[in-house]
Amino acid sequence: MSKILEGLKYSESHEWVKVEGNVAYIGVSDFAQKEMGDITYVDMPEEGDDVLAGEEFGALESVKASSELICPVSGVVVAVNSALEDAPEKVNEDAYAAWIIKVEMSDASQLDALMDAAAYKDMIGE
Amino acid sequence: MSDIQTDPEQLQQTCLYQAHLDLQAKMSPFAGFMMPIQYNSITVEHLAVRQHVGMFDVSHMGEVFVKGPEAEAFINHIFTNEIRGYEPGKVLYGMMCYPDGGTVDDLLVYREYLANHFLLVVNAANIDKDFAWIQEQAKGFDCKLDNASPRIGQIAVQGPEAEKTIIEVLGYKEAADLGFYTFCDVEYNGERLILSRTGYTGEDGFELYTTPENIVEIWGRLLKAGVQPCGLGCRDTLRFEAGLPLYGDELSPEISPVMAGLGMFCKFDKDFIGKDALLAQKGGELARKLVGIEIEDKAIPRAGYPVETAEGQEVGVVTTGYHSISLDKSICFALVDKAYAALDTPLSIRIRKKTFPGKVVKKRFYQTNYKK
Repeated sequence: MSKILEGLKYSESHEWVKVEGNVAYIGVSDFAQKEMGDITYVDMPEEGDDVLAGEEFGALESVKASSELICPVSGVVVAVNSALEDAPEKVNEDAYAAWIIKVEMSDASQLDALMDAAAYKDMIGE
Repeated sequence: MSDIQTDPEQLQQTCLYQAHLDLQAKMSPFAGFMMPIQYNSITVEHLAVRQHVGMFDVSHMGEVFVKGPEAEAFINHIFTNEIRGYEPGKVLYGMMCYPDGGTVDDLLVYREYLANHFLLVVNAANIDKDFAWIQEQAKGFDCKLDNASPRIGQIAVQGPEAEKTIIEVLGYKEAADLGFYTFCDVEYNGERLILSRTGYTGEDGFELYTTPENIVEIWGRLLKAGVQPCGLGCRDTLRFEAGLPLYGDELSPEISPVMAGLGMFCKFDKDFIGKDALLAQKGGELARKLVGIEIEDKAIPRAGYPVETAEGQEVGVVTTGYHSISLDKSICFALVDKAYAALDTPLSIRIRKKTFPGKVVKKRFYQTNYKK
């Protein structure tokens, strides 16, 4: 059973969003990290990059495969989690502590299109 | 004679299918079979083989027996390597090629202890294609072909502790006397078992061929003895580090053995199908060559990613790439224009939106540890 945190928003492509004011922390769900297996690299954008809802902002790499990260909201990247550069395994260890980017949102109403914990739980069907 | 039909609707299962389910392996279609990709972690399985011992279900591989007065002449006609003068009990690696030099398959040829008997071991994905090709070429030769693939299971036991495992768990003391690329015939439950000191990992190891029933029993005994089951995921990372090609990635109807840097397995002082084309390629008529590339980053070059010069000109494509588990480096095989194939040539790989600089390195990334 994968861990799903209450109070977060979830996308269909398994990113989670934690909102603090107008800033969104973005990571991937526990279900996603389990599906990927050992994560060996996190490809991240740079601070100041624009990101668009529904578009790729980076990727997770496991030994066998790479998986695109899709941004759930539009805005500007205000921070990247540089700790993941040297320790990508943190995503496996605790997917909800290992945020990948922080985004200053340009349109907070985009959050309404995301799922809550219960809806995400239904979607992954565990 | 072939009774294997690859029904696209119905994936085949090896004799160990239930054993994989019992171990809760992550299963995935491969070469028409439902195969285990990993049991717990590719990294753990990879390191088990590098440091201790691991076992693989490779029952999907194809086995074709060839016998008859002209069996040797026939195999030498379709095989790039030279089997004449090879003693019984020896195994030889090489390819079968089309007349244009493109690769039908890469394979092992076993010269059996019985005179005029040979075993060809071919890739699972190619069994039907290969057998049809072999049958077609065999016309006019006095030899018999038997595609025994469904009747034979296979386990690979690989790693520095493989010999100890074969001797202590299965009791085959003969293992100690086998050199790399040799085999002997032993018995298991009164049935023939081919004990072959071969593998596809860059480590010492054995491949065991016997009946599916025996394979299931042997797998269970090895598992009980603590041998790590290993999936196709680490089989690929292991063979890649050792510089070994995978048919479909580094060899194909479009990629000849010479392009893949496997010219040493082609013997040009004899005749074989594809020889003239390969000789011409060797003599300079070669557009692309397979190289190793190492990049200065942890990003991973995957198959299909473009290879570029420093000026951004596209000069090739990645065929296999990983962040190497044993070496902690991002490395790949790539087919590049011949002009850029020399060692140390600076080449970049485009990974998604970014370009990562690197250089051409030797394809054998990992120092292999074969039994002499």
